[in-house]
Amino acid sequence: MSSPVPSPSVENEPGGRAGSAALSIRGLAKRFGEKIAVNGVDLEVPQGSFYGLVGPNGAGKTTTLSMATGLLRPDFGQALVHGVDVWAQPLEAKKLMGILPDGVRLFDRLTGEQLVTYAGLLRGMDRETVAERTGDLLRALDLVNDAGTLVVDYSAGMTKKIALASALIHAPRLLVLDEPFESVDPVSAANIRDILTGYVQSGGSVIVSSHVMDLVQRMCDHVAVIAAGTVLAAGTVDEVRGDATLEDRFVELVGGRNTSEGLSWLRTS
Amino acid sequence: MVAHLLRLKLLLLRNSLKRSTAQLVGVILGGLYGLGILGTVVVGLAFLGAADPELIRTVLVLGGSAVVLGWILIPIAAAGIDMTLDPARFVTFAIPQRQLLTGLVLGGLVGIPGIVTLIAALAQVFSWIRYPAAAVTALVCALVAVLLCVVASRLVTTAMSSMTGSRRFKDINGIVAFIPLIFLGPIFAGVTAGFQGSPGFAASLADVLAWTPLGALWAAPADVAAGNAGTAALRFLIGLGTLALFVVLWSRSLSHALVTPPYNAVTKRAGGNLGWLGRFPATPAGAVAARALTYWQRDPRYFASLVAVPFLAVLLVISGGPQGGAVAFFGPITAFLLAWSISADISYDNTAFSLHLSTGVSGRDDRLGRALALLVFALPTTLVFTVVPLLIAGRLEDLPVMLGLSLGLLLTGTGLSSLVSARYTYNVPLPGESAFKTPPGTNFMMFAVQIIGWIVMLLLALPEIVLTIVYFVTGDALYGWLGLLVGLVLGAVLLVVGIRTGGRWYDRRAPELLLAVSANR
Repeated sequence: MSSPVPSPSVENEPGGRAGSAALSIRGLAKRFGEKIAVNGVDLEVPQGSFYGLVGPNGAGKTTTLSMATGLLRPDFGQALVHGVDVWAQPLEAKKLMGILPDGVRLFDRLTGEQLVTYAGLLRGMDRETVAERTGDLLRALDLVNDAGTLVVDYSAGMTKKIALASALIHAPRLLVLDEPFESVDPVSAANIRDILTGYVQSGGSVIVSSHVMDLVQRMCDHVAVIAAGTVLAAGTVDEVRGDATLEDRFVELVGGRNTSEGLSWLRTS
Repeated sequence: MVAHLLRLKLLLLRNSLKRSTAQLVGVILGGLYGLGILGTVVVGLAFLGAADPELIRTVLVLGGSAVVLGWILIPIAAAGIDMTLDPARFVTFAIPQRQLLTGLVLGGLVGIPGIVTLIAALAQVFSWIRYPAAAVTALVCALVAVLLCVVASRLVTTAMSSMTGSRRFKDINGIVAFIPLIFLGPIFAGVTAGFQGSPGFAASLADVLAWTPLGALWAAPADVAAGNAGTAALRFLIGLGTLALFVVLWSRSLSHALVTPPYNAVTKRAGGNLGWLGRFPATPAGAVAARALTYWQRDPRYFASLVAVPFLAVLLVISGGPQGGAVAFFGPITAFLLAWSISADISYDNTAFSLHLSTGVSGRDDRLGRALALLVFALPTTLVFTVVPLLIAGRLEDLPVMLGLSLGLLLTGTGLSSLVSARYTYNVPLPGESAFKTPPGTNFMMFAVQIIGWIVMLLLALPEIVLTIVYFVTGDALYGWLGLLVGLVLGAVLLVVGIRTGGRWYDRRAPELLLAVSANR
């Protein structure tokens, strides 16, 4: 399968200094009332890497990614996309990024095709390119038969896929995907993995957050473990996991496994 | 189990109040307002006791029937408003049917509408205080009638619960529900005319209603007072029989609903139709306009903000007659309402707004697109609504000044709305929710923004307004043409200023706007 996603256009992109990391997060912090959601996170996503961000529920993954992509203003810290400061030059930085946020609505009274087209036109792309890429993306994500269905009537997995298509349409150099595989069926997930792998091989960079350690271990070359708003470990997958599996290493780092007897009444015999 | 359901309802009520202080203030103000109305009703019913029995009967039967009808119709119109004790939520629990029924009835009583109805119904005992036998009948009938209200409304909710799960039904229902509202004016006018036309109209209407399940229970005390115990018993039986029938029907539809989860039938459709997105220019602003216009068509919440317009037309016709002076102002008032309708646009987007943020749409494009979508249909509408009444009234010589006022208000207001929606967000019904639903919290903010916004809009359009007044006082056509000129020029300038300033605010505060709308979910 030829990659349906247009290769990241490295040469003619405005901004973005050569040699800088795809995404560089420096000391990002955010407090909501009493709760410190993110407490000084530093991450370096090298160019051409497939970066996994793992952590338990409420660890601050979504908050970190929202701050890194210009959706949530940080209290402290800086985020640079290919050397462009997301908060000082938001419009330039956003041209370089494709974002799949988690837990936000879509303009779901549009049909799937309309939504992807809308995302393309909002980026200022011309109509022909948008139409061509929309068709490619819908085919690649197996949504052709539902292209004219309203997104509000989509299943959870289909909604995730159409949001991913909206994030890919402008061939960004960096993809920031928050929980891209949640409620996506295995076949579609494999297709999405192929698309992303092809994208990385052609020079793009991806950062994904996920709960599924096994997936991250197989798919990503770099990983960061984050818990309670701080980075516990970061580096290549082999560095972080050492001799153990990523899942064992993760549990070791994060803690919180219940080893006591517990729920003895639940046993049926 | 019954106690558990009751406690659940009370807990839900209490927790919904605990979410914020602003909301608590809103609830207290609303509660005081309700108490005021309830107090007036109770005092009114007590005073009614001094009137002659025929009048008491007419008032009670008409009022009572309206209340029962309200309990039946409001859940239809407002599907999904109070689903705290939605039967679908009890599907996974094994609750015996009988206890579930009792619990749901009592749960329906707990809550502002239930309590208000109960107190008002009991207050009619005072109306019959001069006839002890009738007062006792009234007490019994009131209790049965309130039960009838709750059961009827639960029956309707349950019968609809399998349908309300479907998105299409919700959307269509959201619009259909407005039809009675639109005709409320004519209905009101018709009933008023009926009362004025024949003094006996109310009494004969009450006579008819007294034999229907709606009014039977409210009429029985009057029969006792008049000494017709037999008729009273018959009416009481009608009421009781209806209650029994409703309970049986409800029980059946509940057991059906509990094993039939809502199913959303969706037809797959291939693409190829871009709708407005294919017709507007392929620029960010054009795309925003196309999307906004699609939403005006597909999202019932937008439609809801326009419901006042036809209602207004009817009101103006009634108050001044089709040729009266009042109708001439239909155009300007429509322009005023339409212009304000996009003042909460980002609140309506809710978190879908994040797409605008992540694609890096500039504030100017965002503002321009939304204003454009509105003007595409608001401009022709305003023109037609301004010209046609003047044509009918044969006062075309007033056209320049009225056009100046209408267009001035529309353009100025659109500019102001573009500014307001980039700065203030408040809780509106969420996408897909009933347009009737009052979202919890920050109601005060909403009212403040609305009232102040309206005042500012009138102030900004003051030159046109003053010229209109001068024109009508002096009758000098010059002021009319001057009004048209000022309306167009000043309106256009303010529109541009509004979009630009709004765009700058947007560029500075877009992430904060997203944060503010994500609080409402």
